[in-house]
Amino acid sequence: MTATAESPAADAVATMRVEIQILRMNPEGTHEREPGEEYWESFVVEALPTDRVLDALHKIKWDQDGSLAFRRSCAHGVCGSDAMRINARNRLACKTLLKDLNPARPIKIEPIKGLPVEKDLIVDMEPFFASYREIMPFLMTTGNAPERERLQSPEERHRFDDTTKCIMCAACTTSCPVFWTDGQYFGPQAIVGAHRFIFDSRDEGQWDRLEILNDKAGVWKCRTAFNCTEACPRGIEVTKAISEVKRALTTGEI
Amino acid sequence: MTASSEFVPGPKIKEPRVRSGRLRPGAEQWSWRFMRISGPILVILILTHLFINLVTGDGVSQIDFAFVAGKLAKPLWQWWDFAMLTLALLHGGNGMRLLINDYARRPWLKKLLHGALGVAVIGIIVLGSLVIWTFDPCPTGADPSLIPSFCEAVS
Repeated sequence: MTATAESPAADAVATMRVEIQILRMNPEGTHEREPGEEYWESFVVEALPTDRVLDALHKIKWDQDGSLAFRRSCAHGVCGSDAMRINARNRLACKTLLKDLNPARPIKIEPIKGLPVEKDLIVDMEPFFASYREIMPFLMTTGNAPERERLQSPEERHRFDDTTKCIMCAACTTSCPVFWTDGQYFGPQAIVGAHRFIFDSRDEGQWDRLEILNDKAGVWKCRTAFNCTEACPRGIEVTKAISEVKRALTTGEI
Repeated sequence: MTASSEFVPGPKIKEPRVRSGRLRPGAEQWSWRFMRISGPILVILILTHLFINLVTGDGVSQIDFAFVAGKLAKPLWQWWDFAMLTLALLHGGNGMRLLINDYARRPWLKKLLHGALGVAVIGIIVLGSLVIWTFDPCPTGADPSLIPSFCEAVS
């Protein structure tokens, strides 16, 4: 079978053939496609069950079709570059194993929804980052800076621990049905980003941020669909964080 | 350590703005609160309404003009139905308003749909209230077997 067949290792794992279907789009067009036309293309790769979807994409790009475009940087679930819609769910390609996806059937990969597609699996993240900037994701304090660290207790740190895990991959925001229909909505990620500062005891800009999120395009657009919580590759309880922001707004207490 | 200079924002960090240019601060919050409060109240009102009408007494076969007229002659059921009418329409209308906000992108279409929705909600509340508060359970000249039993004492 393989080149090393004459001395098979005892722990050799059988490879398998997996069909990958990718929703592609080339803004410049190809000789057979109009510019901007979306179409499905199938690739068959030889892969291990423990390979990740990202490995399969690499095999396609490196060995079969170099024109395939997708983002990835660290390839280990930290940088948040390779969020894509895999079998109709938003996931990180580098954290999804082929064996967890029923490789007997074709695996469908699309760009994340709700953001303009630039090419193949690459989307324009600017609207997403613009929402994040709008909630002012930086420490806001008054008075002179202390000479040493700004201290807080483990309990105070724990209050916003969950939302510090965000890697800004946009899997939550682009899984949100309200975000799909209404480009005005901040989206779950911006609210998670605001939550991380609103509930930080060292920060003093809570009410500025809450006032921004109290806007028409803010937290009140959330319909608690829980898509974001399901999509988050870091396991952040996104809907819970949004509800905590709503509670802070309705009760006036943080 | 260099001396701290004045903060110069990066090229992409701009002053926060109010995204929708809203005119009524807190309106969306009150809309959200209203939905949370009116929802459970509506569940109680409607389930009790259905239970009284369909389960107690003779069940569904008891509903005729006399039954409805008898209910609408009592202040309790007048207020009950009035609360149900207004809350259901405001709750449903607000839900529709949110849907229009989500899906109608063109400003003129949004305005048109909001207008039609407002007319429908207010129109139905007004018409329904007229029925509830001006209803005559004992129309003159009606067949006595079809109207509530207390009508004989009145006439």
